[in-house]
Amino acid sequence: MEQEKHHIVPYKTYVIILLTLVVLTIISVAVTSIELGALTVTIALLLASVKSVLVLTYFMHLKFDQKIFAIMVIGIFAIIIIVILITFLDYYYR
Amino acid sequence: MDHSATHIHRDDTASKIGMWLFIFTEMLLFVGLFLVYSVYRFKNAEAFHLAAEELSVPIGTLNTIILLISSMTAAMSITAIQKGNKKLTLILIGSTLILAFVFLVNKYFEWGGKIEHGLYPGSPYLQELGHGDTLFFGLYFFMTGLHAFHIIVGMIVLGFVYHRVSTERVHSTDYVFLENGALYRHLVDLIWIFLFPLFYLIT
Repeated sequence: MEQEKHHIVPYKTYVIILLTLVVLTIISVAVTSIELGALTVTIALLLASVKSVLVLTYFMHLKFDQKIFAIMVIGIFAIIIIVILITFLDYYYR
Repeated sequence: MDHSATHIHRDDTASKIGMWLFIFTEMLLFVGLFLVYSVYRFKNAEAFHLAAEELSVPIGTLNTIILLISSMTAAMSITAIQKGNKKLTLILIGSTLILAFVFLVNKYFEWGGKIEHGLYPGSPYLQELGHGDTLFFGLYFFMTGLHAFHIIVGMIVLGFVYHRVSTERVHSTDYVFLENGALYRHLVDLIWIFLFPLFYLIT
């Protein structure tokens, strides 16, 4: 039977990721408190996307697990983006 | 064969794939709700703008940070169990549970405050405010409520994990149950990462 190798993530990595996530949260709160119009939405969602990538890669171990999980997640996000895009195009050009 | 009698079949990869597939269905559920929110916001921009200002950014930020910390302790518990440190694993899972509970307590006060001000689905005050506000608070209560429900489910799952770790049914060579519990916990985090800016920040 093949022996699966498990990568043990050091505690420090998680602390660094947490601090990054908290800093990104504070940045998004600060940025959205300034009136920037449509740009506010873009920046807030961009920062949220960066945060979710960090959670997926490190907290959810996509970086350390077998590649199959990452491929599946990328696939499902592709579907999500397509669904969102089509809905928005539909509403925007009505 | 003596060997096959004692050999218990275990496939950690398959069980994790199962967990991920379940997580995908949860993601799609919330994506659907985000779409509903976005379309209604697009159609009622002014009302959503004013209604969103009713939400408290400091409480939202505090809850975000609480949720992020509890996500970290859940992730750390996997490192602890891989290293065979049972005590630390239990402490970390315990902290995740406590922080999740603190999040819910905050949510309780937040919802309580809204309801006290007459902002709850079907309230006479909301009906006075009009269509846009009704939609905003309807979605606010439904989406944060569904998210809070997921936190409660996550707590129950991690409660089982805690029990299995303490009875050593989950240990340093068989911990996929903990991994799957933690994955569910992180899903709750992912959802909140998008809920928070959409409801609290974009005003």
